[in-house]
Amino acid sequence: MAMDDSLRELYQDVILDHSRHPRHFGRLEGATHVGEGHNPLCGDRVKVYLLLDRDNRISDIKFEGKGCAISLASASLMTDMVVGRSLEEAEKLMGGFLHLVKGEDVGSDLNEDDRERLDVMAGVSAFPMRVKCATLAWHTMKSALEGGATARSE
Amino acid sequence: MSAEAKTRTPAAFDPEAARSDFEILGREIYGKPLVYLDSAASAQKPRQVLNAMREFAARDYANVHRGVHYLSAKSTEAYENAREAVRRFLNAGSNEEIVFTKGGTEAINLVASSFVAPLIQPGDEIVLSVMEHHSNIVPWHFLRERQGAVLKWVDVADDGSLDVDAVDAAIGPKTKLVAIAHMSNVLGTVTPLKEIVSRAHAKGVPVLADGCQGAVHGKVDVRDLDVDFYAITGHKLYGPTGIGALYGKRAHLKAMRPFNGGGEMIREVTRTNVTYADPPARFEAGTPPIIEAVGLEAALAYLSALDRDVVAAHENDLHAYAREQVRQFNWLRVIGDAAGKGAILSFEADGMHAHDLATILDREGVAVRAGHHCAQVLMERFDVASTTRVSFALYNTRADVDALIAALGKARDILG
Repeated sequence: MAMDDSLRELYQDVILDHSRHPRHFGRLEGATHVGEGHNPLCGDRVKVYLLLDRDNRISDIKFEGKGCAISLASASLMTDMVVGRSLEEAEKLMGGFLHLVKGEDVGSDLNEDDRERLDVMAGVSAFPMRVKCATLAWHTMKSALEGGATARSE
Repeated sequence: MSAEAKTRTPAAFDPEAARSDFEILGREIYGKPLVYLDSAASAQKPRQVLNAMREFAARDYANVHRGVHYLSAKSTEAYENAREAVRRFLNAGSNEEIVFTKGGTEAINLVASSFVAPLIQPGDEIVLSVMEHHSNIVPWHFLRERQGAVLKWVDVADDGSLDVDAVDAAIGPKTKLVAIAHMSNVLGTVTPLKEIVSRAHAKGVPVLADGCQGAVHGKVDVRDLDVDFYAITGHKLYGPTGIGALYGKRAHLKAMRPFNGGGEMIREVTRTNVTYADPPARFEAGTPPIIEAVGLEAALAYLSALDRDVVAAHENDLHAYAREQVRQFNWLRVIGDAAGKGAILSFEADGMHAHDLATILDREGVAVRAGHHCAQVLMERFDVASTTRVSFALYNTRADVDALIAALGKARDILG
């Protein structure tokens, strides 16, 4: 069966695995920062909890919500990747990620390992209608860190 | 030949022949033939509509009700002929009862702002069902926020049907309006509108029907329904976007305050005073969608030339066939199975989000709607975040259903 390659890339096993078994899923008691995101297109909501330590490192992060495979996988991957990082590093990751899913050059801010891990989401760029699904959790994390109005996946 | 003469001698309906009127159905999406199952969001337009708009714009166009020149007269005539076509389509008693709007949303907002708002004291009630589209919810929320109105929600049964007794029970001494869809855009439920109107009128309460879906799938007779207001939109009726209409009983419209202010809707303007035109002009401020009105007339003529009962039977057959076919997927749950429902099939899929499903269907050329369908209250009622919605139109065939079923199988392969 000649299955559409871009679909296979979008819904590759890593993505489906993240969406079915999201990492860091649930509520984080004692969070220092909480943000809520909303995708008005589908009504999906996500909540991101962060715990920053005294050096402004993300010592823990969790998320909860309902969503499509793309948004859940993206949130799961994000939490996996930013935990233990400084805010500056998390921001760099986010910048790279936003470029990636829009099909743009990721830039030179990220190291090889980070690029490779983010790259599983690259398939989204072939589906412009789904970019918002992929970016929702990231925008929500950012709004949580900035003190929290409801994020929209713009 | 007038459209009226055409309705007296309806042609036998042949969906394959009808398809050839819709050029877009011949195109491919990602190399696959387009299977368009999203007509409840917006229907495709036959060449008769596109040609009528083009020819009018190319030959007879000018502003309406303004100049004394030849083209202005031609345009005014065309615009008013379109109003007459809408009157006939809804079987209203008079052209003065037909107000052109931007669409169904504006028609309902007009009623909210010009008819209901002046009646509302804090605590007064609007009765509406949980399956309303946001366009028949948010205008009433405005009245709640601004004037203290109370929204009285009528639930639907688990099969999506709306019980007339439940509506009746919600109507009390403080009810100022019943606002109800003629047909649900998500569930396909056709509401017992005539009965609702008669119960509401027995208590002296007027009824607004959102007919954006209802008018597409069956004949509407506003006089037989005795409904006070009926809203339609052009683009779901195979006509253009940017135009719709509000039917309102003459006595209501005459008593209503204006909606938007501007040109066309006035009788006289001085430095200290303004007086308003009679309906329908009172509610049509500014240059109206003239070319779109011509397109709407062509769309209504197109529909009226067909035997609408045969078209409805064709659409219902497609729905029944699809309903039967999806039974093979035990991971799929249909939402809305009311008796006599229209040709809309909504479902939820186990472990598959509607957007993922719709993305995969799209790559198979199958266009469906995924999301909350501007009906978040209904989504909450059925405890789902979103659904996938398949909607049928006159140009769909059983082959479209077969393509849908095959694509659903592929989606399960990829996501399941």
